[in-house]
Amino acid sequence: MIRPLVITSLTKAFETPSGTHVAVKDFNATIEACEFVALLGHSGCGKSTVLSIVAGLSQATTGGVIVDGKEIDSPGLERALVFQSPCLLPWLTTLDNVVLAAREAHPKLNAREQKELARKYLNLVGVGEFENTAPTELSQGTQQRVSIARALSLEPRFLLLDEPFGMLDSMTRFELQDLVLDLWEKDRKTCILVTHDIDEALYLSDRILLMTDGPESKVGLELPITLPRPRDRHELAGNTDYYRLRKEVIAFLEHHSKQFQQEKAA
Amino acid sequence: MKQFLNNLALSLVGLFIVGGLWALLSATVSPDLPSPWRTWQESKVYILSPWEKRGEMDQGIGLMTAYSLFRVAKGFFLAILIGTPLGFMLGSSNTFFKMFDPTIQLLRPISPLAWLPLGLVLFRQSEPAALFTIALCSMWPTVINTMTGVRAIPQDYLNVARVLRLSKWRQFTKVWLPATLPYMFTGYRLSLGIAWLVIVAAEMLTGTPGVGGFLWQEYNSLIYSHILLSILTIGIVGFALDRMMGFAETKLRAI
Ligand SMILES: Nc1ncnc2c1ncn2[C@@H]1O[C@H](COP(=O)(O)OP(=O)(O)OP(=O)(O)O)[C@@H](O)[C@H]1O
Ligand SMILES: [Mg+2]
Repeated sequence: MIRPLVITSLTKAFETPSGTHVAVKDFNATIEACEFVALLGHSGCGKSTVLSIVAGLSQATTGGVIVDGKEIDSPGLERALVFQSPCLLPWLTTLDNVVLAAREAHPKLNAREQKELARKYLNLVGVGEFENTAPTELSQGTQQRVSIARALSLEPRFLLLDEPFGMLDSMTRFELQDLVLDLWEKDRKTCILVTHDIDEALYLSDRILLMTDGPESKVGLELPITLPRPRDRHELAGNTDYYRLRKEVIAFLEHHSKQFQQEKAA
Repeated sequence: MKQFLNNLALSLVGLFIVGGLWALLSATVSPDLPSPWRTWQESKVYILSPWEKRGEMDQGIGLMTAYSLFRVAKGFFLAILIGTPLGFMLGSSNTFFKMFDPTIQLLRPISPLAWLPLGLVLFRQSEPAALFTIALCSMWPTVINTMTGVRAIPQDYLNVARVLRLSKWRQFTKVWLPATLPYMFTGYRLSLGIAWLVIVAAEMLTGTPGVGGFLWQEYNSLIYSHILLSILTIGIVGFALDRMMGFAETKLRAI
């Protein structure tokens, strides 16, 4: 059976002035259709490295990523990426930023239909009223919503999220997490979320891939998150499974940072 | 507003001091230097009827300035027409940069006085030679600034262009060009300044009508007050041009 997205012995080495730095080595993972997977690990362990290879922005040194049985080597419109910072083009209006994407993904539509499509997604993420505003005048949270709308307007099969809530304050972060959860409940796009926030990973995902610390990081533990859906932040607060899973994650991360420090000391 | 008036008053005081020094110099050590008053007396025909044409080299200051400005405009547009794409290529291709950067560094410091004779040899006419010189001398800031601008495009924007799979042309119009525009304009402003510097030299050497040509002719006719008139005109026009470009630049940065 052909799997939607398979990462096989992915290895990425960077040439640095101080020699070759193997950031990721033999990273393996299989992502199922409609699955929400979180990639969790310490800062600098290589999460973004893996995700940018999946997005096609950089090339694996060895191994690779296979989508529908075909190895990928460049970005594709079926894989939409949401960056850590909103990355909206400041010289375009909010709407035009989304139209930019809609146009590429739907070349058969005419200009008016592309605009309508872009509007639809701006409304879906709740920022329709800002369509004529310059992105720089919006708050970070609103900008990130627009950036999500831009990704959705590609109508991709895979949604790749690289710490999309990292720079937001915690209230806004909760709002956006709920937004992403809602969107996922609606159409179940296959999602890969990179994060170093344990609660975020638990709240959103079906499965957490815990990464060991770099260099030569890989998947150290796969943890299925069996918490019931649809999820609710308040209900989870009283859920015993939630705390059991949380403990497991913390134990893993602590163990690995200890191991890492011992290795560094040695 | 009060701040503005204060600044205006201060700059007038500065102007007054320099004018005083000028008068003092002409009254003491340098009797050949016309005093400010004499300069005004002898030049007022040119200023008061700026559009009057009495002869090939005897025209109102407005006309003279217009000739020079027109020539500068042509040379300047030639410069940015060549300089902008050159800057884009240097900024986007490392190979191209390594190939041409040394040559550019070599050509950049060459004075207009050196290019002009070459232009005359090439084109055998003073007008194209002058344009050639202006374009060659003034294009470097445009080249360098455009190149810097292209290099400074945030990687994030380039990544957006890549994940959206924008075509080369759309990448250029939607990302590269708008991201580089402020840098390009800084380059244009500096280029225009240089073009205006070069025009005087070019007109002096070729004897074509314009502020520079006029200046040189009046020097040869020993009418020194007209030299001062030309110098003042050159300064005022140069200042106005710079302000104009500066204004356009800030407008652009505000977008
Ligand atoms: N272009 C590069 N050249 C050299 N080293 C790099 C490069 N990109 C990343 N690295 C190194 O690879 C390792 C993994 O980086 P990566 O950005 O993937 O980490 P991360 O898990 O996303 O971290 P964070 O949580 O801080 O975003 C780091 O040690 C980093 O220094
Ligand atoms: Mg990262």
